[in-house]
Amino acid sequence: MLVGHSTWKFNQQPAIISTGVVGGPFEANGKIANDFDLLHEDLWLEQDSFEQAQQKMLEEAAEIAMDKAQISKGQIEFFIGGDLINQITPTTFAAKTIGVPYLGLFSACATSVESLALAASIIDNNGANHILTGTASHNAAAERQFRYPTEYGGQKPPTAQWTVTGSGCALVGKSETGPIITSATIGKVIDMGLTDPFNMGGAMAPAAVDTIIRHLHDLKVDVSHYDLIITGDLGKIGHEASFDLLVEQNIGIKKEQYLDCGLLIYNDEQPVHSGGSGTACSAVVTYGHILNRMKNGELKRVLFVATGSLHSPMSVQQKETIPCIAHAVSIEYKAGDVT
Amino acid sequence: MTNKKKKLNPKAQHYQAIQKKNETKRPIFTNCLKAFFVGGFVCFIGQLISTFYIYFFDFTEQTAGNPTVATLIIITMFLTGFGVYDHIGQFAGAGTAVPVTGFANAVISSAIEHRTEGYILGVGTNMLKLAGPVIVYGVFSAFIIALIKTIFSQFLGS
Repeated sequence: MLVGHSTWKFNQQPAIISTGVVGGPFEANGKIANDFDLLHEDLWLEQDSFEQAQQKMLEEAAEIAMDKAQISKGQIEFFIGGDLINQITPTTFAAKTIGVPYLGLFSACATSVESLALAASIIDNNGANHILTGTASHNAAAERQFRYPTEYGGQKPPTAQWTVTGSGCALVGKSETGPIITSATIGKVIDMGLTDPFNMGGAMAPAAVDTIIRHLHDLKVDVSHYDLIITGDLGKIGHEASFDLLVEQNIGIKKEQYLDCGLLIYNDEQPVHSGGSGTACSAVVTYGHILNRMKNGELKRVLFVATGSLHSPMSVQQKETIPCIAHAVSIEYKAGDVT
Repeated sequence: MTNKKKKLNPKAQHYQAIQKKNETKRPIFTNCLKAFFVGGFVCFIGQLISTFYIYFFDFTEQTAGNPTVATLIIITMFLTGFGVYDHIGQFAGAGTAVPVTGFANAVISSAIEHRTEGYILGVGTNMLKLAGPVIVYGVFSAFIIALIKTIFSQFLGS
């Protein structure tokens, strides 16, 4: 049901019934390694290319999510997903393996929430019983597409971010208990004229702020409604810049209720500059770490805002600015009856 | 840059100011210092290799240049292939980018990267993707300088 200008409120309790979270070797040394279902030691995953490794991780995450919920492929109506690589081919090949009707998306690093929002909306409108959503990214595959060859010895500035190698899948279906998706806000493309592809957090911050403000406005709720507002991959610079913007809006946001996935995933000693990024960043942190914290009762209501920087290597070379987007879903944990 | 900024709407200008305040600055002074010492160290190794060729082989100071460069390129090839060079590069910046090792690394890393697309269209096409501009503008500026030199020497010689 449409609420306000761009928010859907869900009444039929679409919920994340299970998740699959896969990571690479660098993530295994990170802060939240225990929240992964599967961690790989080999960056190549014994595949011939990094793109195939990314595809493999998505297939594994999907498999884990289905196993956990004990739902077979036949019971899933749609698979919605996407990634960063040219024409989202790794997701497409994974969709071939998964073998269910597929909707491919591109929203850069906001793909995780975009797919979750669409899945919840379809289920809320009785368009499906179970939808698999997911995304994957691979550090080396993203490096070679957006930056330089992986072994090139160029110096990265401190504003750069580290693309997460991993994959996060969420299986969405109706449920009375668990993490219920209560609403979703669709983002606008926001462009503040920044041009540095080595500072994507700084470029994406206004998009996150715009979506958060519109979400609160559409639902007519106060920021204190949420125990946590978690952004996708703003990194250190984007996180601080967006917090400054939110403070300017006088919505009464507190520092401790505002976190970023890109700052949660790695250890401080890991050389990730400004923080983690990539489509998998928001997916692995939220579907793993944050949902576990919700299950433990630490958090009840979470607003999950994934941010995406929608530039291409060509648009950057043509001196275009970096257009950004952020989508949000609110997740509320309903504890089950004790049996 | 200043012209471009003027075209931005006030909201974007305001945000860019906030963003600028939060942006981690590049440590230019330490970067320069690191580049100076690492770059100098690369040259020191080059000098050692060159001296080695002059002492132990039949090379002179003029002819030792080629085998020295070749040796540095081979060392870079191994450091790049074993995934060490990019870490040195992150530390040293221009210190490892400017010497011949930086050029070698640009070629070798591109060649490794595009192996998955095959030897002709992958490695062959993309090998000089990063190093190509150096060759193009290197040759072009050498041509211009040679032209100027020729004109001047003709003019001054007659």
